Amino acid sequence: MIIDHPLLGPRDAAEFTYLGDAKLIDRPDWQSETAAKDFYEYGYLRDNPAGWHQELWFHEAGDRSWLVVTRNTVTHEISKVEMARDVARARGRSK
Amino acid sequence: MRYSGLKVIKEALTGHKGWTPAWRDPEPQPEYDIIIIGGGGHGLATAYYLAKEYGQKRIAVLEKGWIGSGNVGRNTTIIRSNYLLDGNEPFYEFSLKLWEGLEQDFNYNAMVSQRGILNLIHSDAQRDAFTRRGNAMLLNGADAEMLTTAQIKARYPFLNTEDARFPIKGGLAQHRGGTVRHDAVAWGYARGADSRGVDIIQNCEVTGFRIENGKCLGVETSRGYIGAKKIGCAVAGSSSRLMSKADMRLPMESHVLQAFVSEGLKPVLPGVVTFGAGHFYVSQSDKGGLVFGGDLDGYNSYAQRGNLPTVEDVCEGGMAIFPAFGRARLLRMWGGIMDMSMDGSPIIDRTHIDGLYFNGGWCYGGFKATPASGFCFAHLLAKDAPHPTATAYRFDRFEKGLMIDEKGMGNQPNLH
Repeated sequence: MIIDHPLLGPRDAAEFTYLGDAKLIDRPDWQSETAAKDFYEYGYLRDNPAGWHQELWFHEAGDRSWLVVTRNTVTHEISKVEMARDVARARGRSK
Repeated sequence: MRYSGLKVIKEALTGHKGWTPAWRDPEPQPEYDIIIIGGGGHGLATAYYLAKEYGQKRIAVLEKGWIGSGNVGRNTTIIRSNYLLDGNEPFYEFSLKLWEGLEQDFNYNAMVSQRGILNLIHSDAQRDAFTRRGNAMLLNGADAEMLTTAQIKARYPFLNTEDARFPIKGGLAQHRGGTVRHDAVAWGYARGADSRGVDIIQNCEVTGFRIENGKCLGVETSRGYIGAKKIGCAVAGSSSRLMSKADMRLPMESHVLQAFVSEGLKPVLPGVVTFGAGHFYVSQSDKGGLVFGGDLDGYNSYAQRGNLPTVEDVCEGGMAIFPAFGRARLLRMWGGIMDMSMDGSPIIDRTHIDGLYFNGGWCYGGFKATPASGFCFAHLLAKDAPHPTATAYRFDRFEKGLMIDEKGMGNQPNLH
């Protein structure tokens, strides 16, 4: 697989390590009344879809940036690559 | 029809006209007592033991393709019970004991070959870890033996114990481990189940569950609605996809694992060997091919095929320990979809929906578990209580912090 890095252009997926579903960006609120349940679901339950999947890849052997890659788990086709930083900010993180 | 040597001779002399299909091709009934979704090794074994050991009637196995088309035909055929943790080792030892009697039990030649498995040791720390593992195995009634390099040399004279990059310092052997003809496991269980009245319905994909007031009444399939008192799901890599139809999210990711077979060679490798300084395991099939594998590709996948960097990594592991194998050409390679759970151990449990049961999360160790998985899932379905060797395989262990994490990797499925 080739991941089209937004800054560096097309790079071999072997340069990256894989973390998992990009929903991991949405860390639950630790002060919420349902925090224990929220963190269990956050830590352990996954949608694991067959088809399009947004996921976190880390450019370990490159510029060490985190990316959100939209990839099809059935065909391995990649349709979109974004900086995880931008995605997280757009979702209201790190304000 | 009972298979025997006498039967083979009789058929040979009479033109092989007396053989009949090993299982029927029945139309689905409108209702069953128990439906098993998934006609792989685990599903067929479950149906077999339900009928044989637990005296259940009116059982169906629903398979979306043809039986044995998934992981039971896509693995590296190794059986062993060399686990460490309390929740796992009694279960896998139960499985190995079932393997030992399997062919007599279901009257089918599955080519169970207890040729032994050898885990190589390359460092002092690894020796400590394997010694501990061997002791845990002995405590649970399995066999284990720590081998010296001289003992290893006696069986594998071509291994480099002197000046390799990762010199071999010893090994943990389980002599009762070995290999099995994997497709024959599916066929043997299918035939055994079918002869006890189980309907094996192929080309029948489950498209949904009919759930009313928290109770599962049946399944919608590509061949119409089928009702059942109890429904067991055993679909491995498709678990999340199937259970999402019951609005469940599982502690699981699906990952692709590749396996490889070389061209046929003369006998070179008497047993199963694993390389401890990388991740590489190999055995030689009775046809002569070297059957080997290594790590997952590492990303979520339902594609049943992997990518080249993993091929390179696996082959590098192989070359590090068996440089001579570099002369062999690769004949075939394929990928299977692993139901990687959050702690690397399986789940055999009820769901929160009445009448709906789940078996999955086998990671890439499902093949060796086939007999015990079927037996324990049958026990759960028949008695509504876990089998004594499978009490730890609960859904709620993640919420309660009771993980069974053999590798100590935490909730990162691609690392187990």
